[in-house]
Amino acid sequence: MAVMQFREAIRAAMVEEMERDENIFLMGEEVGRYNGAYKVSQGMLERFGPERVIDTPISEGGFAGLGLGAAMVGLRPIIEFMTWNFSFVAFDQLVSNAAKIRYMSGGQIKLPIVFRGPNGHAGQLAATHSNSVESLYSNVPGLKVIAPSNPDDAKGLLKAAIRDDDPVLFLESELMYNMTGEVSDEEDYVLPIGKARLAREGEDVTIVAHSKSYWLAMEAAEELSRQGYEAEVIDPRTIRPLDYDAIIASVKKTNRLVIVDESNPMASISSEAAYLIQEKAFDYLDAPILRINSADTPAPYAKSLMDLWPPRVDEIIEACKKVMYV
Amino acid sequence: MARKKKSSSSKTTPRVKTVVDRREAPEQVGNIPVRKVETEIEHPFYFYPDADAYTHEELGLDVDRVLEMYRNMLLQRRFEERARQMYMKGKIAGFLHLYIGQEAVSTGSIFAIREDDYVITAYRDHGQALARGMSARAGMAELFGKITGCSKGKGGSMHFFDVEHNFLGGHAIVGGHIPLGVGVAFACKYKKTDRVCLTFFGDGAINQGAFHEAANLAGLYKLPAMLICENNEYGMGTPVSLASAEPNLYKRAVSYRMPGVLVNGMDVFTVYKAVSDMLPLVRQGQPVLMEVRTYRYQGHSMSDPATYRTKEELEAKKHEDPVLRMKSYILRHDLAESVFLEQMDKDVREEVMDAVRFADESPEPPPEELYTDVYVQEDYPFLNWKIPTPRKQ
Repeated sequence: MAVMQFREAIRAAMVEEMERDENIFLMGEEVGRYNGAYKVSQGMLERFGPERVIDTPISEGGFAGLGLGAAMVGLRPIIEFMTWNFSFVAFDQLVSNAAKIRYMSGGQIKLPIVFRGPNGHAGQLAATHSNSVESLYSNVPGLKVIAPSNPDDAKGLLKAAIRDDDPVLFLESELMYNMTGEVSDEEDYVLPIGKARLAREGEDVTIVAHSKSYWLAMEAAEELSRQGYEAEVIDPRTIRPLDYDAIIASVKKTNRLVIVDESNPMASISSEAAYLIQEKAFDYLDAPILRINSADTPAPYAKSLMDLWPPRVDEIIEACKKVMYV
Repeated sequence: MARKKKSSSSKTTPRVKTVVDRREAPEQVGNIPVRKVETEIEHPFYFYPDADAYTHEELGLDVDRVLEMYRNMLLQRRFEERARQMYMKGKIAGFLHLYIGQEAVSTGSIFAIREDDYVITAYRDHGQALARGMSARAGMAELFGKITGCSKGKGGSMHFFDVEHNFLGGHAIVGGHIPLGVGVAFACKYKKTDRVCLTFFGDGAINQGAFHEAANLAGLYKLPAMLICENNEYGMGTPVSLASAEPNLYKRAVSYRMPGVLVNGMDVFTVYKAVSDMLPLVRQGQPVLMEVRTYRYQGHSMSDPATYRTKEELEAKKHEDPVLRMKSYILRHDLAESVFLEQMDKDVREEVMDAVRFADESPEPPPEELYTDVYVQEDYPFLNWKIPTPRKQ
């Protein structure tokens, strides 16, 4: 095992895959000469040259579509959005083209493409720069959506995403890029898409949380443990398809479920997961499913308000106690 | 007899008319501007404003090729006339946008490129698909929503695909496919080939941001992209003059460091000439914006009675019918006898009727097709399974 930053794990996945397959290229704003807006692609221009590490103008709709066109005829693009907030000006490319061309062509075309970049809030950036896009894009059949919580999963799942023949949206986190963690140094480290990770075992309550919410869940679980309750924590890692079997298995064991999801609450990952668990595991539930989301408002700027806005550890602890009736 | 113009047979040196003194240059003849070139810009404009300007010999086309082109235009025309009828009979659902009147554009351009070049277009896509080599059967069956259709009945009129013939769709969000076409051109260059991608779109699409972004990327990265704007004068019911601040659409090429090309799209030979002239440039990585002025004789879609234009305008345009123009050229030049062309028309009509029978008799997609082709992954765990057959797991 090697200790790596989250950003280094992502870079390692891209570099290894690009060494392996020359049809893979990286394209996005500031990925080359600037070495990446968040230094994820540092050194890659030097390593692969300007034909494979390609700086773009500020033109998300254009270069997202360009990547898709290239994928239609056999290339395997990695398209970086500086943040997923900016993917909204490429929404048509993702929703109308990435997700639907294979279906509408009767399976004649495949789109082996990865769109990646940081997702979710990152401090006091205010409303336009704090979107969590996973529920928006997971609503669209034809896409796959991955949101890892640690460097090891990031590397293994990004390699899987790059090798996948379907379009994959890979959600990172600006606040996690500096995070370090052990990463497998297995030569060809590829994790399966669509499989959750049982991160912490417990008997009393199940907490499902992805991306940086996972770390809030773990913090809450440690505090609960100090208080005498053992939470089971599941990191879905992949949002679409969601590993319902893993959640159901855990709920059958703990009979209580809290979902932490940075999306806004309406039509979110938490509402979807809660729906399916009540359908599939209703008889195993001893309490209503509770969820912690960001507030049902745009993200604020002021610190006093932003302290309230995203999911918080104290909220998670409170929700767990509520479903445990303690 | 066609008015012959001196023409270079070389395909690498496009013939350009240049007039430096703008005061001498007439603004336009009819609705087609002529003889005006900005001298201070990177690339000149190239004008092909005339119909009946080139002979097949000048273009290096032998008689067989001319007849093949004529037959292809005729196939597009008869296919769509029959599609229109089948729509009225309720055999075809959804939206049906007819290309009738624009056949010189698809045939003229696609017959000028190689088989390994790519074509991508918008939702008015039957013409390009048939020009690219899609069978009438596959096209008609798609319109009928049958499993034998070119997209297995999952795309319909607006989403024809035929990858075997390098026809990449069939895209129905106006302007949304232009970045795709530029991406295909990117791949041609990335793989170090000399293939090109023709991206067709309408005069309505050119005002979408997607056009601007894609054209900018093509110019910036020097991609082998030929962007062909089929200006049929109306974006749905809105005339170009009410949609574009600069209604001479080819002029937008200047912003992207491309040659802007203006072409009379009512003569298949003029289109063929313009595309052939530009191809060597494009193959070398110089993208081109081509505005081809054409006309659609039908409404925007089957539900459009086209009350926004006068009968006189339509009648006047029918005198320019590209199919009749080519027929008349063939007869005038004794390339075939009238009886031969009549037989060809009969054959084409029969080919289309055969396609209608084929489509009618073909099975509908079975229920399990609902879930195929969404993902390459075969065991994707779909939610809310709607059919009785077991999931592939």
